Amino acid sequence: MNKIITLKDISYQYHETDDRPALNNVSLSIEEGEWIAIIGHNGSGKSTLAKTINGLIAPSQGEVTVGGLILSEENIWKIREMVGMVFQNPDNQFVGSTVQDDVAFGLENQGVPRDEMIERVKSAITRVKMQDFMEKEPARLSGGQKQRVAIAGVVALRPQIIILDEATSMLDPQGRQEVLATVKEIKEKANLTVISITHDIDEAANANRVLVMKNGELVQEGTPEEIFSYGDQLIEMGLDLPFAEKLKSDLRDRGIDVPTEYLTEEGMVDWLWTLLSKK
Amino acid sequence: MMDKLIFGRYIPGDSWIHKLDPRAKLLGTVIFIGIIFLANNWMTYLLLLAFALTAIRLSTIKLSFFINGVKPLIWLILFTVILQVLFTGGSTVYFDWGPIIISQEGLLNGVFIFCRFVLIIFMSTLLTLTTMPLSLTDAIEYLLRPLKVVKVPVYEIALMLSIALRFVPTLMDETEKIMNAQRARGVDFGEGNIFQQMKAIVPILIPLFVSSFNRAEELATAMEARGYKGGEGRTKYRQLEWVSRDTVAMLGYAVLTVGLVVLRN
Repeated sequence: MNKIITLKDISYQYHETDDRPALNNVSLSIEEGEWIAIIGHNGSGKSTLAKTINGLIAPSQGEVTVGGLILSEENIWKIREMVGMVFQNPDNQFVGSTVQDDVAFGLENQGVPRDEMIERVKSAITRVKMQDFMEKEPARLSGGQKQRVAIAGVVALRPQIIILDEATSMLDPQGRQEVLATVKEIKEKANLTVISITHDIDEAANANRVLVMKNGELVQEGTPEEIFSYGDQLIEMGLDLPFAEKLKSDLRDRGIDVPTEYLTEEGMVDWLWTLLSKK
Repeated sequence: MMDKLIFGRYIPGDSWIHKLDPRAKLLGTVIFIGIIFLANNWMTYLLLLAFALTAIRLSTIKLSFFINGVKPLIWLILFTVILQVLFTGGSTVYFDWGPIIISQEGLLNGVFIFCRFVLIIFMSTLLTLTTMPLSLTDAIEYLLRPLKVVKVPVYEIALMLSIALRFVPTLMDETEKIMNAQRARGVDFGEGNIFQQMKAIVPILIPLFVSSFNRAEELATAMEARGYKGGEGRTKYRQLEWVSRDTVAMLGYAVLTVGLVVLRN
């Protein structure tokens, strides 16, 4: 496996007068094709971390390497071509006047010839299943649809890395699931690396690895199963409890002896019926 | 709120006018507004009216849309017309009271000015109703291109315009939301004397202003993340195509101009 992103001792503070840095000595490496979830409370530095990866923020200390290139003045645009970002607010990242114009925006910036652009825009929009909305204006789309367009805009650029910066936080549960399913499908097809910053438990459960941030520092790291087995501490980490964990803690409160290790919903169902059939 | 605002809206369609090149439409509208000042008698106004109505007919958009477009401006128009009627002297005077003179010429002038306003609004509404804002900015960019020689940042102007137009409905929605939120907290809009009314605007204006800054910041970040480095080295997704239809439209304007010159006295 190739390491696609390496961060070495990254520190950053927004204002020089801040006594607490937004990022404090963060080091991490991400492998190609991984799905990483970064969780943590508001103000723990998740978004700042994401922005350092494509150079929207220049760290005051440390080194960022993306796809073998060290982030610097000269490399910044090459790195931005490799990293696609989807932001939180669907309205404020919609640049074009219609769906297809918005998807084309990034391609226009890269100077892609028009014939190729038309084809890439179309295939990206079809991938996120928005082909019936090509000519629609943003004002006529729902939040989830706008977010799918934002993903199409990123997909059209064919990046190696997609960063979802709380991309589903302003959506309803259905829109959230649709967007996640779309990203998952695209990831599988193109072997992308996905970094998702989230408070959403389902999004974190999709990940290969979960990183927990607190006060600008990376405090925990592990598979979702490992992280989810922290039980009630999850809430302190800025994440909700998975449904199975909630059920477990309620059962424990009622005096039922539940397993301590993390169980998925299916695992929980299995455990429940074995428990009952033993009786 | 959005329903009331006809001007600046776009109605999707597939008519002859819709399919015209935006450059032809923009240029045509500018020409129309220019040559409207050539008209100075009944025949010329009838010709212009016939031209405008044909154009509206070709767009297959209901005439009521255009009439609605005139409505918000009706007081301005009536004010101008009344001033014309009251203060134009002439040979056939019907009423004379100090500085106020109602004459035949005055009345006629009033009617002409009324027609002029309505025609200009009709044609500019036709332009915005049948042209996508984006194509319109493309047209502006194209037509401003000669100004590049004198270092006018044409591309940046076009981008600003297209972003501004794209955010009009978004900001309208937001204004409405803020208004409702402030109403729910007890702010009365449109009540009291002029100063109280103006004061009531502040709780809409300031939050709107602040949120525009936030939007601008986020949009700029999103644009940069998608590789926007400025106007240089970009290709264009939309391409304008000038076809025979557009030449026909331009010829229509030429005929109209000649007609006006012939018919005016």
